[in-house]
Amino acid sequence: MYSLISPDGSVSDRLPLTLQQMKGLYADMLEARTYDRKSNAMQKQGRLATYASFEGQEAAQIGAAAALEPSDWVAGTYRDAALMWRAGYPWKHLVAGRTGDERGGQPPQGVNVLPPSITVGGHMIHAVGLAWAEKLKGSSRVALTSFGDGATSEGDFHEAMNFAAVFSTPTIFFCQNNGFAISYPRHEQTKSESISMKADAYGMPGEQVDGVTYRMGPHTTSDDPARYREESDGDMWRERDPLLRVRKLFQNAGEWSEEWEAEMEARATERIEQAVSEAEALPVPRREEMFDRMYAEITDPLRRQLDGEM
Amino acid sequence: VTELNIAQALNRALDTALDSDERVLLLGEDIGRTGGVFRITDGLHEKYGPDRVYDTPVAESGIVGAAFGLAIAGMRPVAELQFMGFSYPAYDQIINHVARIRNRSNHRFTAPLVIRIPFGGGIGAAEHHSESAEAIYAHIPGLKVVVASTPHDAKGLLLAAIEDPDPVVFLEPIRLYRAVKEDVPDIYYTTTIGEVRVEREGEDITLISWGAMMKETRAAATMIEQEGGSVEVLDLQTLSPLDADGIVESVSKTGRAIVIHEAPRTGGLGGEVAAIIQERCLFSLLGPVHRITGPDTIFPLKRSEGHYLPSVEQIVKTAMRALEE
Repeated sequence: MYSLISPDGSVSDRLPLTLQQMKGLYADMLEARTYDRKSNAMQKQGRLATYASFEGQEAAQIGAAAALEPSDWVAGTYRDAALMWRAGYPWKHLVAGRTGDERGGQPPQGVNVLPPSITVGGHMIHAVGLAWAEKLKGSSRVALTSFGDGATSEGDFHEAMNFAAVFSTPTIFFCQNNGFAISYPRHEQTKSESISMKADAYGMPGEQVDGVTYRMGPHTTSDDPARYREESDGDMWRERDPLLRVRKLFQNAGEWSEEWEAEMEARATERIEQAVSEAEALPVPRREEMFDRMYAEITDPLRRQLDGEM
Repeated sequence: VTELNIAQALNRALDTALDSDERVLLLGEDIGRTGGVFRITDGLHEKYGPDRVYDTPVAESGIVGAAFGLAIAGMRPVAELQFMGFSYPAYDQIINHVARIRNRSNHRFTAPLVIRIPFGGGIGAAEHHSESAEAIYAHIPGLKVVVASTPHDAKGLLLAAIEDPDPVVFLEPIRLYRAVKEDVPDIYYTTTIGEVRVEREGEDITLISWGAMMKETRAAATMIEQEGGSVEVLDLQTLSPLDADGIVESVSKTGRAIVIHEAPRTGGLGGEVAAIIQERCLFSLLGPVHRITGPDTIFPLKRSEGHYLPSVEQIVKTAMRALEE
């Protein structure tokens, strides 16, 4: 397994980024965590529908998105808000989606990030088609699809991996193994030693990376992890929090101060609060919008149903 | 014009689409080198090459899911699934993704793709090869579902489906692929999606059908006319969105209607058509709306096909009884 930064902040290999670049990514992780905690709080207040926390997975998501070009495609899941945001999807839209508003699924033009897939696994093949189209158009865009360890048990994982290899599409399969699929632990999900080794079977390179991914919270706001895992597991991983680890690296290099972190946190809070206000200020969608977004042009049966003539 | 059967007309439509729009590409199992199990894509792999016409691994969900991604990124993919019974592994992709992306993204992302599915029985095929499950596609919001029963409209509807900005499930009546021939224009033309086709005008009774059962319906109409009845025949062509106005206009005139389909009776589209008629033409009706359908059984194997498929005699008998009402 490739691991760059140890829990004590020491570095095992040459850093591919400057410390200044890393501080930018660290600030992004802070901002993502701020969003995540705000969302959990809003859910408890009844302001959001069910919420799926990504706490513990910030490094994996921000890092993956940072490796992409601005117009690359991303097809992720309901737990990929940090990844989607870093790839260009505005916080406002992510919040709007979770308040139960389809307009949250409509990122600005030029942002090639699909709204999150809610069913598990079906979206991986989309990144194959997206990348395939870019290859045919002769562009240099790639498509990244993000999914969890549980999704690798879906038949769609196989079809997507196979198609990507057979048609040599520029697709990145980014699995965040966070240890659990709701309650089902990774070691029961598959007897493969690693998830990355599955790539071998399809004839594509696979790499296992220490993304410090562990789902620190529950699957969503509607389940109770105490039923399926020892709380000490969570405590153990909390010590390996990706943010703490990177902060230690900065501290070792004399590149961190409380003031700077407080400044970044304040900036993050301001941005997230702004996004929440904007999303919550969206007017309740009009009834006709539900009909209007079904087809390019409303059909006759829908027109009659909209007009109450059924 | 060239005299073509439905299979040839579909081939010409795909040829025309590949030729006129470089975003169009075909993908499916065995559609390249062998031209597909029904030879609908015959010669296209040779003519347009492996970057336009793709043989794919055996994975229906993968074919539709990849076509979906291709469509979002600007291509116009036409996917072939070999038989309707093999389309079910792709149903998750079709319902949960293809039909929903426009809604999910509030028009930001769209999936203008065509899924071609040969359907229907009467060819003595193996199990799973004779399905008529059009209702499970027509029931899904966000899709359009069309089926042609003539070579002319097979070409026009397929070109319209490829042009359409929304996903279209394009059903092909296997039993009619090579059963009817007619003159088909060589030029590019489209047949409007969402309109019934009045195949024959009449005054006393409306026969409504689509797909392969149009064959029996046509034969029955001729026999009923020989008995003195004036028959109007509607080919629905678009199963979603249904052209309710077209149905209502005809039945308001004739006052009698029979819906004929091969699919199982319960939950079949015949019920929907009958409901539209009773909602909007009740006071024109001279008798009940009749349904002639397949029974609620699994489509049987070869030796029992005759027990399953609605017959010309059944349609004539029902119509003659209705004409007394």
